[in-house]
Amino acid sequence: MLKFKIDKLNELFDTISAETPLAMPLEKAGEADYGRYEKGAKPALGVLKTVKSPKDLFFPQSETLMKFKTEGKNLAVEAPDENVTPFVLFGVKACDYKAFEVLDRVFLADPVDTYYQSKRNAATIVTLACSKPEESCFCKVFGIDAAAPLGDVTTWMDETYLYWQANTNKGESLTEKVRALAEEGGEDAVAKQQKATREIIDKLPFSHLDLSYFKENGTKEIFDRPEWKELSEACLACGTCTFVCPTCQCFDIREFRSAKNEVIRYRCWDSCMYSDFTQMAGGNNRTTQMQRYRQRFMHKLVYYPENNGGLFSCVGCGRCVNKCPQKLNIVKVAKALGGKKHD
Amino acid sequence: MIKEALIPKIGVVTDIRRDTPDVKTFRVVGTDGKKLFEHLPGQCAMVSVPGVGESMFSITSSPTNEEYMEFSIKKCGCVTEVIHSIDVGQQITVRGPYGRNFPVEEDFKGKDLLFIAGGIGLAPLRSVINYVRHYRNNYGKVVVVYGARSADDLVDIEEIRNEWMNEKNFEVYLTIDRPQEGWNGHVGFVPAYVKEIGLDPHMTAILCGPPIMIKFTLQGLLELGFTKTNVYTTLELRMKCGVGKCGRCNVGSKYVCKDGPVFRMDEIDELPDEY
Repeated sequence: MLKFKIDKLNELFDTISAETPLAMPLEKAGEADYGRYEKGAKPALGVLKTVKSPKDLFFPQSETLMKFKTEGKNLAVEAPDENVTPFVLFGVKACDYKAFEVLDRVFLADPVDTYYQSKRNAATIVTLACSKPEESCFCKVFGIDAAAPLGDVTTWMDETYLYWQANTNKGESLTEKVRALAEEGGEDAVAKQQKATREIIDKLPFSHLDLSYFKENGTKEIFDRPEWKELSEACLACGTCTFVCPTCQCFDIREFRSAKNEVIRYRCWDSCMYSDFTQMAGGNNRTTQMQRYRQRFMHKLVYYPENNGGLFSCVGCGRCVNKCPQKLNIVKVAKALGGKKHD
Repeated sequence: MIKEALIPKIGVVTDIRRDTPDVKTFRVVGTDGKKLFEHLPGQCAMVSVPGVGESMFSITSSPTNEEYMEFSIKKCGCVTEVIHSIDVGQQITVRGPYGRNFPVEEDFKGKDLLFIAGGIGLAPLRSVINYVRHYRNNYGKVVVVYGARSADDLVDIEEIRNEWMNEKNFEVYLTIDRPQEGWNGHVGFVPAYVKEIGLDPHMTAILCGPPIMIKFTLQGLLELGFTKTNVYTTLELRMKCGVGKCGRCNVGSKYVCKDGPVFRMDEIDELPDEY
């Protein structure tokens, strides 16, 4: 294990970013979000939750899929360059890292989404263990250990050091580039922090949420529960939950004429919370907000697990718990439908 | 690879046939004059004239047609309105084929087949019916019940009258919703007509049409003694990617774009009621 003095971190980031683009949580307008590190940027590694997850490094909020050249009745397609410059993604928390696995099972399933894959393969991911999890966190429910995230490199941070453990070949080669700035050691400090973190997590209010109801009951039984109506009544259909969610992957494909002879077709994040999400010329199969609300949670807790060997499409990051203006979230759904176990 | 899945092929429209006041059938080949790709009966393709967007359509021509593909498209929204405005020679984009086809080589083989269609619902069934006609000896008796609002709204009526009606062991029943001058055939809705014809409930039924027609026709078939494991239909929901990733055409854990559009009625019974 290696360790970097806290006051050497900017040097560490400068060294990495001198060779490869570096994305990490940065302070911007008083909030923390993933962005490209440049000399003088303000890293926000002490922030537990970035506003958005790092999913847009692989699945950007908006990305061009192709361009069409139009000439009279004729057409030509131009596909974008598939080559992505290798980059380092630093500071990913255990929950957000697990969310990549959830997204992989969608985008890397046959037929592989090469737009996603090319960015995914280009990344060396450095995770950062949590040391101050808070009330809205419930990653433990999904078997995630916030004190020991995976990734190409795992790091832990305390007041004096950033501890560094390479896990993969990609991680080793990144380590070689920064080894000169590091010292050996840190195992004891890491073990101590891990123990303390796990003790906090064990006491968090949602850490022992029971999701067995969703595994033990049939889809239609859960779908037909009368509680959905009351649960969804306050939903404003703002879509905030879907945009901050690290596992939400729905997208729209849209296009516009960018020049007289050019059309750009792009994809952008979309939300199942919106009324036009399923709107067709011939009708709409989800006309009420209750149906749309139910779709989101059924997808995370029932449909996705059905298609993915029981894996839930939620990692307990708690962003929806913090961000929903109406205080609606997956925890409330699980408790309301999960039966008496939560009383 | 999605670059191949999402990036379409360029097709050329070589013929446009006006079927009804709001349905046109577009014949499409590749820029090399050959068929764009192979498909199976019931599969779909994303079609677009860039600038407005793509929409999913069933491929109405039979896979046995080696020269071209056809799409029968009803004008009913933004994309279809633009498609209806194009002329012969226009290049369009096509990607596919997508979805699960009708089990023509498995469950349908050797069976008596009953096709029931309403309006534009004939389009996806035409690919199956013409496939069955091509391999006529592999299938038993064929009955087609087809209804539309009026005589003018019957899609592919020339092919039906000139070809289907002359096939052996092949019965065609046409109906229109309301009486019309010059129409000597049956008048009435499809579900009621199906019950009047006197059908053998051992046939394998394939339904396609508006949801209300499917609902009442299915009810009628069950009353006649048909079993759900012998009845097939197609579902239609909003689609963007066509490959099960954009997340909008699901019913329960099934994506209509890749797990459908063809479903057996007993499979639909397993799904949450949201289609």
